Amino acid sequence: MDDTRDAELGMRKAAVPSPAVPSRISPARSRRLHVMDRGFRWLTGGLAFLVLLLLVGVALSLFLRGWEAFHHFGFAFFWSDAWDPVTENFGALVPIYGTLVSSLIALLIAVPISFGIALFISELAPEWLRQPVGSAIELLAGIPSIIFGMWGLFVFAPVLGSAEPWLNDHLGALRGIGALFRGPPMGIGMLTAGIILAIMVIPFISAIMRDVFLVVPTMLKESAYGLGATTWEVARHVVLPYTRTAVVGGVFLGLGRALGETMAVTFVIGNAQDLHISLLDAGNSIAAALANEFAEAFSPMYKSALMALGFILFIITFVVLVLAKLMLWHLGQGQGKAGL
Amino acid sequence: MKFNGVAFMLGVMSLGVAGLAQAETISAAGGTAIYPVLSKWAETYKQKTGTMVNYQAIGSGGGIAQIKAKTVAFANSDMPLKPEYLSKDQLVQFPAVIIGITPVVNVPGIKPGELTFNGTVLTGIYLGKIKKWNDAAIADLNKGVKLPDMNITVVHRSDGSGTTFNFTNYLAKVSPEWKQRVGDNTAVSWPVGVGGKGNAGVAAYVQRIPGAIGYVEYAYAKENHMAYGKMINAAGKVVTPDLATFQAAAANADFTKVEDFYMILTNQPGAQSWPISAATYILMRKDADKTANAGVLKFARWFLTAPQAQAEARSLDYVPLPKTTVTQIEAYWKRTLGQ
Repeated sequence: MDDTRDAELGMRKAAVPSPAVPSRISPARSRRLHVMDRGFRWLTGGLAFLVLLLLVGVALSLFLRGWEAFHHFGFAFFWSDAWDPVTENFGALVPIYGTLVSSLIALLIAVPISFGIALFISELAPEWLRQPVGSAIELLAGIPSIIFGMWGLFVFAPVLGSAEPWLNDHLGALRGIGALFRGPPMGIGMLTAGIILAIMVIPFISAIMRDVFLVVPTMLKESAYGLGATTWEVARHVVLPYTRTAVVGGVFLGLGRALGETMAVTFVIGNAQDLHISLLDAGNSIAAALANEFAEAFSPMYKSALMALGFILFIITFVVLVLAKLMLWHLGQGQGKAGL
Repeated sequence: MKFNGVAFMLGVMSLGVAGLAQAETISAAGGTAIYPVLSKWAETYKQKTGTMVNYQAIGSGGGIAQIKAKTVAFANSDMPLKPEYLSKDQLVQFPAVIIGITPVVNVPGIKPGELTFNGTVLTGIYLGKIKKWNDAAIADLNKGVKLPDMNITVVHRSDGSGTTFNFTNYLAKVSPEWKQRVGDNTAVSWPVGVGGKGNAGVAAYVQRIPGAIGYVEYAYAKENHMAYGKMINAAGKVVTPDLATFQAAAANADFTKVEDFYMILTNQPGAQSWPISAATYILMRKDADKTANAGVLKFARWFLTAPQAQAEARSLDYVPLPKTTVTQIEAYWKRTLGQ
């Protein structure tokens, strides 16, 4: 693949007339064109720079507004589970924990399901079924998050609530992970939030997986089939290694969405500033805390603590994206070597 | 040519503003507790006068923030502001109606008004000390009621709220432990429970979760046909949340003794008084445009005095203010707003 790309580039280079060839464009016009070219470059460069400026601006203003809280509570802000507006004692541990755990649950559920969906559409489904299933997933991606929140609270939570006593009795009885499933069967809480988030990120992850699975060269797959590989073996040893860069990218895209999701989580997570091991208990996420409390934050320190939470969410998503980039870069290197 | 264009744009914009002013829209924001009656009033008022009242139920704290930022003509708060706080921000306040806050439960087999609570039991539940519905403390108050062996799930507000302020204020008045550990405010650090957004959010959570208890403005309990609880008041009598008991609590309130109508109506004396009653307040700016304030006052005078507005309030179980209080409010307007 890389070879053909190089060849194309080479052809394009050759097509550009070299300056040595006398041209019919007058010197004045050439100068004007040159100025326009430069102007255009500055313009587009400026637009690109604007994004950077915005990014830094948002981060900086969040940090400055949150500074009062960071300064007052110090590093303890990150691991204090207090959230008391009356005595103005704030800590970010509960919302940070809730954000990370609900997103983790979402990925644990969404990644295998998305993989299955993508594999089915790209490899197994008959031609006439691919389009409808693909469209259905794209429609799922288009549903506004508040709809998921309402559906989660009014339809899904009661169903899960009636299943939770069973979880309590069976999974809750296990040693170790049992603690995760012992709790009040309310139907709302960390687990509900994680499952709703999973439903919301499945379309994103599976759409990307499907798209990249489709670009795997048929020859590679057919060769594997020809050697007697099963569909699973082809998926595991040909399709996945060939596309893992993009697959990881898709997973991180889903993670990015799950971390910042607000409305749907607010509806079902329970909005309680308590730290519980049990996934059936109510918790809070950073985005949900902001949505709930911002309009009503009555003291400067309260507001500053919320801004500081916002800054932390910004940093978490930023770190996730950087990790994703690093991983992609690392995988890309590995693949390049394997290709040689 | 360019300047003409700008002038034209400005002309169009000012026409737009003038057009809006002519249709007269009063923009307002504040608590969710008053929203059912205020939206009813706004509808009737529009039919009568053509003036639109655009009220956004964003919460009491949000209302206070909006009026401070001068973005609304009036705000509503279920928590009165202290007089010194008002004068600092050029604000005035007066009560609009009396509301009642009621505990609501979702216990299988329990019908509205079947359970009775007192301050100690309610505090025990909200502190997480009473964990089961068949706890002896609840059973003692409810002899003859079959209580299930079921976990109690506490529901509170997740957003800051005047309803929360009055509820926690009541708990703080009846329990020194609550006062010391939690305190009273529009948002507090809840010892236990899950949080729902707004009165409607709490109502939804309580309806969804078997074994749940929450607190909502009475209109929300009634509209959603929820199992509200009775209370034992400061006089030791069992009272049902309704117009009569909210009115009784208000009747004991003497607004002449306080500045800027600053009065919290929880745990009032009187055999008939509902213990978690509250006045909900309208906030206005002293330094706002005179005609804008006049428009708000016209609306306020209408809902404080018009028989139709009062009947609408009663039909939704809000208690209109007594005549004497309305006269005081009108004198207060003259004094503070000059109209």
